[in-house]
Amino acid sequence: MDLLIDQFFNTAIMAQAWPILWRGLQMTLLLCLTAVPLGLLGGLLVALAGRVRALRWTVVALVDLLRAVPPLVLLLFLYAGLPFAGIHLPPFLAALLALGLNASSFYGEIWRAGIDSVGHGQWEAARSTGLGHRQTLTAVILPQAARAVLPDLVSNTIEVVKLTSLASVVALPELLYSADMARSVTYNASPLMLAAGLYLALLWPLVRLLARFEHRSAGSR
Amino acid sequence: MSSSAARPILEVRKLTKRFGTVEVLKGIDMVVAEREMVFLIGPSGSGKSTLLRCCNRLEEPTSGHVIVDGVDLMAPGTDINAMRRRIGMVFQQFNLYPHLTALGNVSLALRKVLKQSRAQADATARAALEQVGLAARAGAYPADLSGGQQQRVAIARALALEPTVMLFDEPTSALDPELVGSVLSAMRDMRAAGMTMVVVSHELRFAREAADRVVFLDHGQIVEEGPPSQVLGTPTSERARAFIADLLH
Repeated sequence: MDLLIDQFFNTAIMAQAWPILWRGLQMTLLLCLTAVPLGLLGGLLVALAGRVRALRWTVVALVDLLRAVPPLVLLLFLYAGLPFAGIHLPPFLAALLALGLNASSFYGEIWRAGIDSVGHGQWEAARSTGLGHRQTLTAVILPQAARAVLPDLVSNTIEVVKLTSLASVVALPELLYSADMARSVTYNASPLMLAAGLYLALLWPLVRLLARFEHRSAGSR
Repeated sequence: MSSSAARPILEVRKLTKRFGTVEVLKGIDMVVAEREMVFLIGPSGSGKSTLLRCCNRLEEPTSGHVIVDGVDLMAPGTDINAMRRRIGMVFQQFNLYPHLTALGNVSLALRKVLKQSRAQADATARAALEQVGLAARAGAYPADLSGGQQQRVAIARALALEPTVMLFDEPTSALDPELVGSVLSAMRDMRAAGMTMVVVSHELRFAREAADRVVFLDHGQIVEEGPPSQVLGTPTSERARAFIADLLH
């Protein structure tokens, strides 16, 4: 038991590793705060482009591909494959791009479902008062679509936050990478446990938020 | 109230509409004069709703013309959005925006289409809600309103834009019987205020009382038209006779 505590929950080691993990956490937050908006926006564009007849099949093929390719493979391709084509992406950009593309494909399907869930009568009502297509979309359709799929958007956001740990394989000093560095220096797993606790602290509010949204949408029926 | 000399507000010329191989409208000619209230009646599938929906191009006519206040909606240069705000429409299912309050529903187009400031739009919207007797419910969401109240908010949403003509697509068909009266009375008020109205409805008693003219459609054609006493009282065609007898009994 003492050995377990010493190897996994050693507070002295955790304190020692904290400065590294703190920097890692900041990098993870930076990646989240860029990848999630990129994915949300990219996903919206994907959903809207999918509604244009001429683009539909291109979008379907692209989304299928991105959803089927493991995000780690995509990341390695962007980081280690593209240099052979003369394109050198720094770790952060490669990770942001990989996460953004992956997230766009998933957020895109969520947005699409949300837009489809808004009845045709809403379009007709808005258009009958003289609103244009874009105005109808932004003022009438998207607010309802977002509300309808809010739990799914939050749920996918949780996935994206978790996926940021993939960036450790391209040596981006985010939370997991930093914790693993600290582990290899201290020969002790406690930094990893601390990292796990930090991920929990990061995600738990989102999980609670999700539960509240679900509660609220069930209540509004 | 109507006279043949009155200014035409809505003119439908040789209008046809085809869905695939089905010809839903077979060359409709119809003129609605200023301040006139015209009822479109007919069996389901007769094309009356399609005709109404062609009048603001929510449904795209296959051929023909729809002219509102002298402007041909089918002409290539016509700004359809600018015209639509002058053609109010009320739907069977109300189609209120569920994420906005009654006031938000009415003021949205005022801000987005007429570019009014929020304060200005709110004031106009409040006045429109007042007209349909719902000023007190301005802050309520559609889900908290009865069907009759929702439909009156929908009427206010159209009225606030000061339309030249109002189209009603079965405005009371989705309402519980006890809520129909409030909507009809709002329509009666609009008529008294001189609004030009085209109404698709099965409320024949209301038509008899309020309409200037009743147009009976069947199989995409106008079979009979005239004052309500004539079309509803002594219809000449067999089809109109059967339809009206069915509805009144």
